[in-house]
Amino acid sequence: MAPPPPARPMFSFCTDPANLPTAEWFACYLTTGKHMAFYGSFLIVLLLLFVTAPIALAFGFGGAMAARSRFAPLSWFGKGYTAVVRGVPDIAFFMFFVIALDQGIEWLRHKIRCPDWDQPIRQGNDFVVCAQAKMPLSNAPQWVHETYGFTLAVFTFSIVFGAFAANVLHGAMRAVPRAQVETAEAYGMSRRQAFWRITVPQMWVYALPGLSNLWMILIKATPLLFLLGVEDIVYWARELGGAKTSAYSYPHPDWRLWYFLALLVFYLGLTRISEIVLGRVTARLSHGQATLGGQAQRKAGG
Amino acid sequence: MRKFIIATTALALSAGLALAQETVRMGTEGAYPPYNFINDNGEVDGFERELGDELCKRAGLTCTWVTNDWDSIIPNLVSGNYDTIIAGMSITPERDEVIDFTQEYLPPEPSAYVALSPDVDLEGGVIAAQTGTIQAAYIAETGATLVEFATPDETIAAVKNGEADAVLADKSYLDPIVAESGGTLVFAGDPVPIGGGVGMGIRESDTELKAKFNEAISSMKADGTLNALIKKWFGEDAAGF
Repeated sequence: MAPPPPARPMFSFCTDPANLPTAEWFACYLTTGKHMAFYGSFLIVLLLLFVTAPIALAFGFGGAMAARSRFAPLSWFGKGYTAVVRGVPDIAFFMFFVIALDQGIEWLRHKIRCPDWDQPIRQGNDFVVCAQAKMPLSNAPQWVHETYGFTLAVFTFSIVFGAFAANVLHGAMRAVPRAQVETAEAYGMSRRQAFWRITVPQMWVYALPGLSNLWMILIKATPLLFLLGVEDIVYWARELGGAKTSAYSYPHPDWRLWYFLALLVFYLGLTRISEIVLGRVTARLSHGQATLGGQAQRKAGG
Repeated sequence: MRKFIIATTALALSAGLALAQETVRMGTEGAYPPYNFINDNGEVDGFERELGDELCKRAGLTCTWVTNDWDSIIPNLVSGNYDTIIAGMSITPERDEVIDFTQEYLPPEPSAYVALSPDVDLEGGVIAAQTGTIQAAYIAETGATLVEFATPDETIAAVKNGEADAVLADKSYLDPIVAESGGTLVFAGDPVPIGGGVGMGIRESDTELKAKFNEAISSMKADGTLNALIKKWFGEDAAGF
């Protein structure tokens, strides 16, 4: 395979970085292909957050509903899911579950696509499936591999955070004043109607503090992405910040401090924006509710 | 749904390529210049990049490059995420139990200590090494206190900021770092002869691929191109075959 042609630098004067004045040197340095990958990884992290949050919430809602179910096995499943996943350390979950999931998918594909395969799948330490069963196929372009890794990451994050969300939502559903549901039943609503028309609209205000905590923890958990083979912002900051010898076009001493400072600003900014948005959502949800927040709004004439 | 989309894309892509030969995924660390590193364009570069591309050409294979953390580089080979490890990995009996190696493409080379001054206590001091390396295993045997880091770069940083008294690593990794440190970093003590030569790691079940790469390495040894490549990346004094 021929080495890829060198990427074109963003500025024309970047051809010989060794002899550049400081300002130009930095202009070139901060626009290298590697830095572009670093900037791109910020979008990956944001994408992960915005894709994972709704899916995790859906998992949580499903888990909470299952736990409340009158059908015992479903209730055991919901309670078991929250208890087990919440109990396992995230890092163990990310190491073990993802490898198991990946191998499970490949095993299934292997069974379907290569029924005539006569060799064992486990050969000593090796996990060997036929070439057509690889997920993604080994000749698929790199972006397919990365998308697959990202999808596994979203799924794993969703399961983990879904379990916590299930616990929060289950508690929130029970926090809705019992009198509200009893009144609904007195009006002749079925259990299902009372749940969807009375409990669900009112539970969010109770769930919000817990959910906003989860959101903050999810933001902080994104560096776990690297465990799943997705190159995230922390990976790039460490890689770019490390001291570079003249084997690189832009040698520099250990600059990790500056890169991690940039990450600090990013994470703090994200946290601050989240706080503002969540504050507004709380205010809106408290409106007309029989809670302290809602009471305060009423008194203020809101 | 996302899975489905990806599965169908992968299918669609593979349909077109089904007749083409299989792609060999080359796994490397990308943080160990001059062996392998991510250059400023964000691509894998270094001695092993050039060597690997040439080996693939001679063996008639299509290869792509993948980077992976050093920590989990063997588990990910074994579970099939890529097909080779070409990451300056010394051939040791412990590793050989888990994976197979091709013949050496670099002869055994000494490791060396680097410190802020030449007379630090290498026997009883605090020595940094990268996790899961032959150097880390060696320090654990001596009386010194071992501190491990995930990346080679962090082991050097630990010496610079005083967290460790010295670092033990492959001499050819340390050479340019010492040369360009402006005198702050120096070699300490004598070089330590540990580890065998460096070879490519391949799954034990992948005997065919191993044979292909062994043949390609032999042909590069025979016509002198391997020695030329070693001299290009490790200097004129570097030992060849």
